[in-house]
Amino acid sequence: MSTKPMNTEEIKKELIARMPTKVARKRAKAMTPGAQGGEIPEIQANVRTIPGIITQRGCTYAGCKGVVLGPSRDIVNLTHGPIGCGFYSWLTRRNQTDAGPDGDNFIPYSFSTDMTEHDIVFGGMKKLAAAIQEAYDNFHPKAISVFSTCPVGLIGDDIHAVARQMQEKLGITVFANSCEGYKGVSQSAGHHIANNQIMKHVIGTNDTPVTGKFKVNMLGEYNIGGDAFEIERILEKCGFTLIATFSGNSTVEDFRVAHHADLNTVMCHRSLNYVAEMMETKFGIPWIKVNFIGAEASAKSLRRMAAYFEDQELMDRVEQVIAEEMLEVRKVVDEIRPRTEGKSAMLFVGGSRAHHYQELFGELGMKILGAGYEFAHRDDYEGRHVLPTIKVDADSRNIEELDIEPDPERYKPRKTPEQLEALNAKGLDFKGYEGMMGAMAKDSMVIDDINHYETEKLIEILKPDIFCAGIKEKYIIQKMGVPLKQLHNYDMGGPYAGFNGAINWYHDIDRMVNTKVWQLMKAPWQSTGPELEASYVAQ
Amino acid sequence: MALLRHTTGEIKERKALTVNPAKTCQPVGAMYAALGVKGCFPHSHGSQGCCAYHRSALTRHYKEPVVAGTSSFTEGSSVFGGQSNLIAAIDNIFTLYDPDVIAIHTTCLSETIGDDLLQISQKAKDDGKVPAGKHIVYASTPSYVGTHVTGYANMVKGILKGFVKKTGRPNGKINVIPGFCEPSDMAEMRRLATMLGIDVILAPDTNGVLNGPLTGHYEMYPKAGATPEDIAAMGDAKGTIGLGRWATTDAVNYLDAEFKVPGTVLGLPIGLHATDRYVDALRRLAGVAVPEAVNFERGQVVDVISDYSQYLYGKKVAIAGDPDQVLALVEFCVTLGMIPAYTVSGTAGKYFEERMNELVKDVPYDCKFKNGEHADMYLLHQWIKNDPVDLLIGNTYLKYIARDEDIPLIRHGFPILDRVGHQYFPSVGYSGAMRLLEKFLEALLGRQDRDAPETRFELQM
Repeated sequence: MSTKPMNTEEIKKELIARMPTKVARKRAKAMTPGAQGGEIPEIQANVRTIPGIITQRGCTYAGCKGVVLGPSRDIVNLTHGPIGCGFYSWLTRRNQTDAGPDGDNFIPYSFSTDMTEHDIVFGGMKKLAAAIQEAYDNFHPKAISVFSTCPVGLIGDDIHAVARQMQEKLGITVFANSCEGYKGVSQSAGHHIANNQIMKHVIGTNDTPVTGKFKVNMLGEYNIGGDAFEIERILEKCGFTLIATFSGNSTVEDFRVAHHADLNTVMCHRSLNYVAEMMETKFGIPWIKVNFIGAEASAKSLRRMAAYFEDQELMDRVEQVIAEEMLEVRKVVDEIRPRTEGKSAMLFVGGSRAHHYQELFGELGMKILGAGYEFAHRDDYEGRHVLPTIKVDADSRNIEELDIEPDPERYKPRKTPEQLEALNAKGLDFKGYEGMMGAMAKDSMVIDDINHYETEKLIEILKPDIFCAGIKEKYIIQKMGVPLKQLHNYDMGGPYAGFNGAINWYHDIDRMVNTKVWQLMKAPWQSTGPELEASYVAQ
Repeated sequence: MALLRHTTGEIKERKALTVNPAKTCQPVGAMYAALGVKGCFPHSHGSQGCCAYHRSALTRHYKEPVVAGTSSFTEGSSVFGGQSNLIAAIDNIFTLYDPDVIAIHTTCLSETIGDDLLQISQKAKDDGKVPAGKHIVYASTPSYVGTHVTGYANMVKGILKGFVKKTGRPNGKINVIPGFCEPSDMAEMRRLATMLGIDVILAPDTNGVLNGPLTGHYEMYPKAGATPEDIAAMGDAKGTIGLGRWATTDAVNYLDAEFKVPGTVLGLPIGLHATDRYVDALRRLAGVAVPEAVNFERGQVVDVISDYSQYLYGKKVAIAGDPDQVLALVEFCVTLGMIPAYTVSGTAGKYFEERMNELVKDVPYDCKFKNGEHADMYLLHQWIKNDPVDLLIGNTYLKYIARDEDIPLIRHGFPILDRVGHQYFPSVGYSGAMRLLEKFLEALLGRQDRDAPETRFELQM
């Protein structure tokens, strides 16, 4: 290996050198250097993976059931298909729930129609209807949501018709998601499908007003390792009223009254931006991108949320909370930062997390050598201003686009255009997301849909002190002697959101980059250098 | 408040809904079996979610690297067939990852559209996408048929079909085909045979693949696993022993039918009697005497059973998992005087009921058991609600019942997500039996210690 540090162009060449020509040509378009302070280049994203190339990606079902709707606690989420899909999405994302003493909680359950060959040949609609009935008889949920898997789409079961019939019969909300795994090119398609269905069937279906002063929703937060609990704690302390979180620790009733909020805040841009957009069009609720990963990022997000409401008391309260919380944060950073300063990290995960977590590493004085998303679109990298230039290809065209119009009764603009403009001038970027690339250094690598081969090469070349990805990558990378932090489900850690979360993160990263285990890999007799003889001086 | 707060003792017949399954799907078993072949790259022919889920499940269980490819179906491939995706995948895999073998398994999707792996892999060969000396093996594993155990069985047979040959020169070896079990179990099966002085061909063999060392160097193909040459030689062996009725019968029958290698199918050698049967079968097939060292190990197990009898006798157990695993555990529990009160296995198969009836016929309790459809952990929990047990045995998902009902849990089977060690320590063979006994006792007496009033808190037990 060369001792001279490679530049991004050389790294890129090295990554694709051994690939078959067609593969190399395609992959080259998915790699660019960071663009901090400079012009943001175009990156290839949201395109098909290449058959046979080991990918990080999952499927549409995983995005729809596993990510977006799975964490809702009082909906019976019923997988219509053979057993595997339901089994694998059972609790593995560590979506935590506090159902309280009387609340419903179906998160520890896995519900499936367990389709067998007979159902594939003769159709599964009768079985689905019966399963919905049995779920109702056994569990009496407020809502049942159905998810279709690959074979269901092929045999043509009309799951929406079954859902409609059963809704009528049972008198509870029953809706279905056509989220067959083969739709789209990644999990992302499933997010969009879940967003559409929850918008069509649940959001805004209860007009009972919600009391509270500064009413907000949190979109794209899934309570992995308890993140939503920490955000809830902070928002409450500041005086915000959090109506609904989509969908960590959430209830169907929260979704129904979510249209009473005056501001939507978006954590994971990729998974929930559709709902934010649709709620703005339908109900007149503006949305802003927030980030509660990182203490500074949390403080900034709180300030922006308070600024929106233009209430001095709220703004003062927020400042007071930040000041209070930052005392402990600073104490821990001061203690840990000398041990992490100057170390390096790579993040290849999710469709927002690879951006958000850069703030936390920054707080520890660590450098980001490379980052990329697993299932993002160009706007997640380049910013939402590129949306009009994104070509809609066949794989995106088969995801339904809802035609949303202002609700004749419920549409109520929260701010006048003048007010929005004035707030915008104060730095409140409505409907805005500037993407990840502009935040990354020019000598760092941005790679979309990184695959195993590129990961291994990149680690060999740049030797990061820590790598962030998911469970499939974890032990591969650790065998190489580099610690891996899972950012999909946090291993056993978390929360990492908010102020307490940041403190947890500092401790965990300190442990991971400073543990002695990585020095134990060679036995004393395996040192490759010439044998040396020496005697110790007795202490 | 209970985690499974909606589960009550009121059992309603279910014909359509499965809740908390005691099984998962075929391809994950196929992927695991493929990893037991040296230099083998598993490939999932379907949309990429299956591959991601199976890699995740295996990685979480073994805490080891698991790589695999996917044909990355999108809507187009689902309509027009997956041939071009698979051929491109084969080309890319050999070019970039250079395996000796690609083991392809189907998914619901590719099966439903009717992709023919025999034809497609032949076309890949004809198109020159398979380099000289490299191999493709395959198995049909739709998830709407069978479970992870049968998927394992199908791929094991697929592997044998790909490699086994008969040269006509007997090699005097004995084939051992392990069922779906831990790498450590496979190592133990080999160790026992080696103690008898028998040269076995063990395939698949995941020992050293899914419990490998940390060295600072990642190897996509660890120096372990059954080699294609070894597998090829199975056709010249003296005989075959399959350990696991669901997981190995097809492979054993295949060797018998195609190569006239006589086979015996036994259960997984978990517990005293099952291990005895394994040793006895080995001894008879090889025509060797059992050495004193094996008798010594066996005697140690009997000694521990006699020491433990007072604690285990009459204790009620609930067991969930694969039929090969649970039948063996049930037998061991009965041997120990324990009561296998409730048993569920999501995998179907008539033999289950026959064998269970046989095993529990003298047990002084109305033991409930079910396998196949709706034999899930929800049903198991409902049975427990009506009459509790002292001990649970099964995979990690039982921990919710364990906590709600305050019953100790011994993690066994697949998947174990929240503990480490199972991939390193066997539960088969005599040493495995001792390990299980130690776990049983620790769980029961640990519980007794925890609950004992001060006056009854004993130093000696």
